[in-house]
Amino acid sequence: MTITEKSRNTVDFGRRQLVVRVGGCSARASWRALAVVVALLAGAVVFAVLAIGIGKYTVSPSDVLGVLMGTNTSFDRVVVLEWRMPRMLMALLIGAALGVSGAIFQALTRNALGSPDIIGINSGAYTGALVVIAGIGGGYYAVATGALVGGLVTAVAVYALSYRNGLAGYRLIVVGIAVSAVLNSVNQWIVIKLDYHVAITAAVWQQGTLNGLTWSQVWPMTLCLFVVGAILVVMGPQLPVLQMGDDAAGALGVRPDRARLGYLVAGVGLVAVACAAAGPVSFVALAAPQLARRLTASPGVALVPAAAMGAVLLLVSDIVAQQAFPGTELPVGAVTVSLGGAYLIYLLVTQARQR
Amino acid sequence: MTAHAPATSPAAPTQATRSPTQRSRVLGLLVCAALLFATCLASLAIGTESVSLPTVFHALTDYHDVGDQWIVHDLRVPRTAVALLVGLALGLSGTLIQAVGRNPLADSEVLGINSGAALFVVCAISFLGLTGIWTYIWFAFAGALFAMVLVYLVGMTGRAPVTPVRVLLAGVAIAAVMDGIGFAVRLRNPRAFDNMRFWDAGALDGRSLEVAAAIAPFIAVGVALCVVVARSLNVTALGEELARSMGGNVARTQALSLVAVTLLAGAATAGAGPIGFVGLMVPHAVRRFTGPDWRWILAYATLAAPALLLAADVVGRVIIPPAELPAGIVTAFLGAPVLIWLIRKRGADRA
Repeated sequence: MTITEKSRNTVDFGRRQLVVRVGGCSARASWRALAVVVALLAGAVVFAVLAIGIGKYTVSPSDVLGVLMGTNTSFDRVVVLEWRMPRMLMALLIGAALGVSGAIFQALTRNALGSPDIIGINSGAYTGALVVIAGIGGGYYAVATGALVGGLVTAVAVYALSYRNGLAGYRLIVVGIAVSAVLNSVNQWIVIKLDYHVAITAAVWQQGTLNGLTWSQVWPMTLCLFVVGAILVVMGPQLPVLQMGDDAAGALGVRPDRARLGYLVAGVGLVAVACAAAGPVSFVALAAPQLARRLTASPGVALVPAAAMGAVLLLVSDIVAQQAFPGTELPVGAVTVSLGGAYLIYLLVTQARQR
Repeated sequence: MTAHAPATSPAAPTQATRSPTQRSRVLGLLVCAALLFATCLASLAIGTESVSLPTVFHALTDYHDVGDQWIVHDLRVPRTAVALLVGLALGLSGTLIQAVGRNPLADSEVLGINSGAALFVVCAISFLGLTGIWTYIWFAFAGALFAMVLVYLVGMTGRAPVTPVRVLLAGVAIAAVMDGIGFAVRLRNPRAFDNMRFWDAGALDGRSLEVAAAIAPFIAVGVALCVVVARSLNVTALGEELARSMGGNVARTQALSLVAVTLLAGAATAGAGPIGFVGLMVPHAVRRFTGPDWRWILAYATLAAPALLLAADVVGRVIIPPAELPAGIVTAFLGAPVLIWLIRKRGADRA
């Protein structure tokens, strides 16, 4: 294993890069992206300790660290490990999943607005989940499968409806907005039909919430993420190549259609597991890859920084959601939709200034 | 600079190809009126408990508190009246937005105007404790105006070309933020949440005649403004420069339309909650019969939009017995395919 650093003494290859070679495999990353990811992870740890400590029963950060180290065995232990830890971990995992899926869809559509929450994949996954809940009841895996099927069907439908002599980015987005309008009304219909008494719970879940998550949901979620992550690692760095366009990708040895299908399934899968656990949390998938891209100053969206960014974003949003109004706990989706919508407005305004 | 008269007047080619004649337009208008009448009757008669037409007639002409008459008198008449007014307001505001904004992909729901009105109403109800429609309708107007100004600032200013898709995205983003904030506010106040659950979905049931009476004057003013600006819409549709050179007062048309849309969309939202896609669909649907003349489109929309909303409401009543599907959900079902069809038409994403 060798680690080399391209120095500027020889030919200038642009930004300084870290290249890792293990046998026949090699991976490279710009130092800046690496620094950003490390900083985001550090931020995630800090916010995680905060998130565990804050609540009706406050635990100071030092006590939290004590519990995690095993030195603190008071009542804090129950609060930290049983009450708050699963929720914090789920925020990180779901945020990472949404960030990666957003990066995948934005890269595939080559458009910042092509994220799964805008083109209706979120709504479709939620429809699938609701159909399973209304039809057969069922636990996490059944709901997740329903969400996966719903998301995939929606993705294919949006793709097919917007295809006309090629795929114009904006047509895809408007078709996605229309499809999600239909799906949202289907969802509302199911919620109304489902049960009048649980309507408020259903409405909260419809916004996306991390309430009531326990360890029993953390393990399946982790497993799913590992599987999808492994698939993405095996697929290798084809995403940056795909972003160059089909012709260039083909010339560089990537089969565009096959790669696109693989990424599509992976991206929908991530949205689906996130949706099955927390409902359709919107706009994390939109904002995380774009924020990460700006921080790392990379030419396209990248998966790992997007994952780190998504995790931090969702965790911070969840803290805000719990603390914004004392006495009332907002669903995290209400916070992300406001923050993400504001970011979308910012994107539109800056785009308008530039051109 | 050489000035030469155009070989043919701009109207001539369309006239020659497939512009409908005056007679067929009037005929179509009569058909619309008949449709509206039929949907009104259906709305009075059809529901969970269907009422025969003679009973409906008796309930309307000489009301006695017997049999099914009270269903018609107490439940269906207010509901139909509100649907008529709201449908009219949504149709006209959508038509005005499309004409003045020169944007085929717009209506008050897509652009977030209804969401703005809804947010302000929610805030008025939960923070100020206002309950009657007479008090919170003003907040609906303020919210509609606020959202329109925001959409204009985000979607239509700056150096980039103003495309329908850009305006649409601005509307979607603004609607998302407003809905998120509105949801948060509502959740803090469970009683408001319960009251507004069906209002949110755009339901027409449970509205009293008082609601209809409250929104009617504002809608009437909106309609009057539509009549005033109708003539100048055709000129405005040519674009700002061309319109000015032909003697049109673009600023006046825009200002009057802004007031009209504020009144119409605000009143519709205050009356029935956010109902989407009626204003989007109707102008496109009727243009096939009217041709490109905005005066005729407005006239048709006046009749067709309430008919559409009434039909959606009736469908929602019978489709999942014994429950009811709110009209807003039905219109989204019908309207979203129209949006897809529009964007698939060549050039809609560019023009």
